[in-house]
Amino acid sequence: MSLDSKTVAHIATLARIRVPESDLPGLAQELTGIMAWIEQLNEVDTKGVQPMSGVLARDLPRRADVVNDGGNPDKVLANAPEPAHGFFTVPKVIE
Amino acid sequence: MSELTHLTIAAALDGLAAKKFSARELTEAHLAAMAKHKNLNAYITETPEIALKQADASDQRRAGGKAGALEGIPLGIKDLFCTEGVLTTAGSHILDGFRPTYESTVTRNLFDAGAVMLGKLNLDEFAMGSSNKTSYYGNVINPWKRRGDETDLVPGGSSGGSSAAVAARIAMAATGTDTGGSIRQPAALTGTVGIKPTYGRCSRWGIVAFASSLDQAGPIARSVEDCAIMLGAMSGHDPKDSTSVEMPVPDFRKALTGDIRGLKVGIPKEYRVDGMSQEIDALWARGAEWLKAQGAELREISLPHTKYALPTYYIIAPAEASSNLARYDGVRFGLRVPGNSLDEMYELTRAAGFGKEVKRRIMIGTYVLSAGYYDAYYLQAQRIRALILRDFTDAFKDVDVILTPSTPSAAFGFNENEGDPVQMYLQDVFTVTVNLAGLPGISVPAGLDANGLPLGLQLIGRAFDEETLLRSAQVLERAANFTALPAGV
Repeated sequence: MSLDSKTVAHIATLARIRVPESDLPGLAQELTGIMAWIEQLNEVDTKGVQPMSGVLARDLPRRADVVNDGGNPDKVLANAPEPAHGFFTVPKVIE
Repeated sequence: MSELTHLTIAAALDGLAAKKFSARELTEAHLAAMAKHKNLNAYITETPEIALKQADASDQRRAGGKAGALEGIPLGIKDLFCTEGVLTTAGSHILDGFRPTYESTVTRNLFDAGAVMLGKLNLDEFAMGSSNKTSYYGNVINPWKRRGDETDLVPGGSSGGSSAAVAARIAMAATGTDTGGSIRQPAALTGTVGIKPTYGRCSRWGIVAFASSLDQAGPIARSVEDCAIMLGAMSGHDPKDSTSVEMPVPDFRKALTGDIRGLKVGIPKEYRVDGMSQEIDALWARGAEWLKAQGAELREISLPHTKYALPTYYIIAPAEASSNLARYDGVRFGLRVPGNSLDEMYELTRAAGFGKEVKRRIMIGTYVLSAGYYDAYYLQAQRIRALILRDFTDAFKDVDVILTPSTPSAAFGFNENEGDPVQMYLQDVFTVTVNLAGLPGISVPAGLDANGLPLGLQLIGRAFDEETLLRSAQVLERAANFTALPAGV
């Protein structure tokens, strides 16, 4: 599997990472190298094998549906780059 | 009082109990040693005020007859653990200025046991690396050097600050995290002991997430006994982490009986990889003989999917990372680079905030999860992960522990393994299988190579059987009798 600059630019957009045009060919080459090494996984016959997302073979535990934390807006906002009036802020998204 | 910094935790606890020295004296000795070894760049943030305050409080508790399992022991904390009010960076520019308003469960457990925090230890950015070269806060230098050669060497990674600090005697022990080998590989490269416990043994709450189904916390220390003491204090069920198991924590220290008669030790033939050095092969054989001499029985075993573990890992870990690292967007914490639109702000913030290796892994993860590739890459990797676990499950029907080398080489220079990312990924060839299967693994220093650099052997245990693992590791440790010290320490 060879990744071209156009594909890498698309992945970068999906990942929300700005990549300068001039870096795309180098990055494409690197990612192609890694993916080529990963291709060997296709040799393995996995017919009938269930995909495994984690090692704990059990249901997730449940707790009572009650409020057990919260009420700390100052703590929540303590590390925000530009908080205002008790809110996080972002650039304007609606014209 | 430099001799204080050379004590094991076990010896220091005895000395504190016998009132030979105070927690304050022990902490001051470490702070003085830290000042002498600043060149190693092991700490990102030193916290002497907190350390001395905690040491004084510890001395008071001890005087009042209330001593915890780590009462007065000065530790370094990998800067991936959130510490309340103390800068937590994950080795990344994108967490600039982040001071958590909460304490991770593992550090909370350690402080509740009486531990003292000397500072926050350097690491590969977001724990992604095997050399500590990807940290925004600069390289960590391994205190070990090749004999007659002043070239700086890597301390391993990602817990490179932890391994370097413990080896240089500027922390009695340290916390680490291990997603593909990040405790065991740096321990092997610095002549220290590092254990990754079973997945679910330690709470992941408050640890900056890399790959959630693989990440697990554990200690790096200077003896198997010290690792047992540390692990006991770090472990335990935590309702705040749904993957932390509700199981009693055994007294790991009690498991260290020194008796391994009848223990069945598996030697996996697939771990004899191409290009492995003769020295490591010989050390592995010697380790097996040591265990046999103490009454263990050796059995050759097969783990047929071993060669697929690393490429499997390089799908699963980046996939999970690409999702976990989506939270770094310049809105709620850390770095923000202004943009004209929300998307532009995200893109510019993440471009400036993440380093090269982190970007590479986020992009691989995004790619393998994207439409059209999910089945071919991600699901196939998850199926092979199941086969890797099955290999171990089958093997553990016949053996109690598995012995392997920890790493394919000793510590290397900063310019070696450069250029081709896959070359660096191969550092984890012996450790990564254990994360995929969720099993406990420990690296024990077992000898020096021809250049005078430490080499480690790894033991792998059954899930939640850290007791047998630690007992076997201590027998190996005693037989190896590793007493070498890095120059200048």
